[in-house]
Amino acid sequence: MNLTVVLFAAVAAVTAVSAIGVAASRSMVRAGVWLLFTLVGVAGLYFLLGAEFLGAAQLIIYVGGTLVLVVFGVMITNQGPFAVLQTKWGEWVVGGVLASGLFALIGTASLQLARPVSTEPAAPTVNELGMSFLGVTPDGQNYLLPFEIVSVHLLVVLVAAAYLARAKKRIEPKAELPAVTGEPASLAVDSQPAESIPEVRS
Amino acid sequence: MTELGLTPFLILAAFLFACGVFCLATKRNAVGILMGVELILNAANVNLVAASRFMPELRLEGQVFALMVVVLAAAEAAVALAIFLNFYNNHGSADVEAAKELKG
Repeated sequence: MNLTVVLFAAVAAVTAVSAIGVAASRSMVRAGVWLLFTLVGVAGLYFLLGAEFLGAAQLIIYVGGTLVLVVFGVMITNQGPFAVLQTKWGEWVVGGVLASGLFALIGTASLQLARPVSTEPAAPTVNELGMSFLGVTPDGQNYLLPFEIVSVHLLVVLVAAAYLARAKKRIEPKAELPAVTGEPASLAVDSQPAESIPEVRS
Repeated sequence: MTELGLTPFLILAAFLFACGVFCLATKRNAVGILMGVELILNAANVNLVAASRFMPELRLEGQVFALMVVVLAAAEAAVALAIFLNFYNNHGSADVEAAKELKG
């Protein structure tokens, strides 16, 4: 019973309990908070496995980026602060059977695998990781092309997300703007296409 | 890391995956389903990083693939939330049961 095993037990307990919380909580806000602890626990697992860069990236991208995005999605799409969509009784049963069956299947499969145990301490990999992403490894095996493809993919996805998220908002003010009072006139003029302004004002 | 092998990490990842599948099956809010997808992707990532630690031939590859998964998950979350916002503007609800016809 050394320190690593104790640390793994603690981090794994936090991760597993909050994963149950995500799956079982009915309020989306609470599920988001549980998801925060799950993601932090997974980042702790990465640090425990000697993947420092990946742990930091998990904290920055997931906890700092994706989770904020999810929480904003919850805030925008919820009708009330703690609105709950009821799940049918049968869906809980089907989901529970499916999840426990899958867990049993994967668990038995991974128990039958070989059990490699690493004896040497984890070596830092940040330097090699950066070099292989930049394509300057000595053995010629690099990940420059996937890196570039992923970066272009991120750009395309961000443009598409921005377009998708504001496509509807152009249409809706035409119907609702006469009811809204006190909106700054310059803002309304700027956000509307030029030909639609008289229609909105009437 | 003398006593801890690959197996505990695989079991934990299997548990995370099962929780994600349960989330996908039972949540009716679209954002909840997105949370289930995030859980499943994190389970896959734990597997990849554990493989990179305990298998010397995968030492770099596991972390590279895990980083790719993290980036693609962030992109997927952004697009999915944009679609959900659009859907919510059209239907006035985040319930996936209301998505029986999607004509925009």
